[in-house]
Amino acid sequence: MNPEPRLVEVRKNVLKRNDVLARALRERFREAGVLAISLVSSPGSGKTAFLEKTLTLLHSRYNVAALVGDLATENDAARLARSQAPVKQIITGTVCHLEAAMVQHALEGWNLHDLDFLFIENVGNLVCPSSYDLGEDLRFVLLSVTEGEDKPLKYPTIFNSADVAIITKSDLVAAVEFDEAATRRNIQAVRPGMQILKLSAKTGEGMAEFLDFLENQRQRSRSAAAV
Amino acid sequence: MHELSIAMSIVDLACEEAESRGAPGVDVVYLKLGPLSGVVKEALLFSYQIACQQTPLEGSKLLIEEVPIVVNCPVCMDRRPVQSLQSLCCAECGTPTPEILEGRELMVTAMELRQ
Repeated sequence: MNPEPRLVEVRKNVLKRNDVLARALRERFREAGVLAISLVSSPGSGKTAFLEKTLTLLHSRYNVAALVGDLATENDAARLARSQAPVKQIITGTVCHLEAAMVQHALEGWNLHDLDFLFIENVGNLVCPSSYDLGEDLRFVLLSVTEGEDKPLKYPTIFNSADVAIITKSDLVAAVEFDEAATRRNIQAVRPGMQILKLSAKTGEGMAEFLDFLENQRQRSRSAAAV
Repeated sequence: MHELSIAMSIVDLACEEAESRGAPGVDVVYLKLGPLSGVVKEALLFSYQIACQQTPLEGSKLLIEEVPIVVNCPVCMDRRPVQSLQSLCCAECGTPTPEILEGRELMVTAMELRQ
């Protein structure tokens, strides 16, 4: 007869391995003085267009680079490379999100000390990426005006995991009768106090404010790192 | 759907723990799950059975304790539950409260080891 099973206490985070890698990445970014920003959104919210515009505008003044995750194809990396910034594609295969190990692997061969900003574009998915820390300093969640004002209420976890919300495709506000007040209310309901920026990568509306925001964040993180 | 990958991480973690304690297998894994973990209980339970196949955890049970979101309410100046996942306001006084104390858990708390 088998003896009674033995109950043991464990208390370990399931994603501990990812969390440890993410912490190490965050420390590397801090030490190198690079501001790492990840982008999450549903597919088709305009992440790549927004990032291409951002890289192009920053490229003349700063050293910028990007990692871009997709299940398949190198199309996004090719688009982003038009900005002249170094870009690396992470092809996840069947995996629906990026993990810290993928970021770590993709950074091999890059000297982080050469960079001011690193952007990490996650796989287009509003569910799975919320569970994985990538070591980023800031996580931006993008929401396009064509998507519906209640998206934050439908995907509260990812909105809650982000630091800044960016409303994209603002040039289409009138065409889709976008209700900005309702969207802002819904974002605040799932993440009280979250900063919200609105812009259009196509027309450039809001991009200057966004660049100011990025520069401020970089200054803040550098002075925090210097303490 | 990333629950299969999460389930495989649970199985790996439990196998390591069992091995380090010299146990041949595991009967039960206890998991604490918060609403902000981004993991769906039903999908995880389904994935767990698949992840356990041909491992020392085959035939084991995953017992999930769902824990609520707890915030630090700046008005009540105390730990409080929230109205809902769609409304992160103090359930007592209605103040929006971004300071989350609990609710992101995805943690193996205990195991029953086979002797």
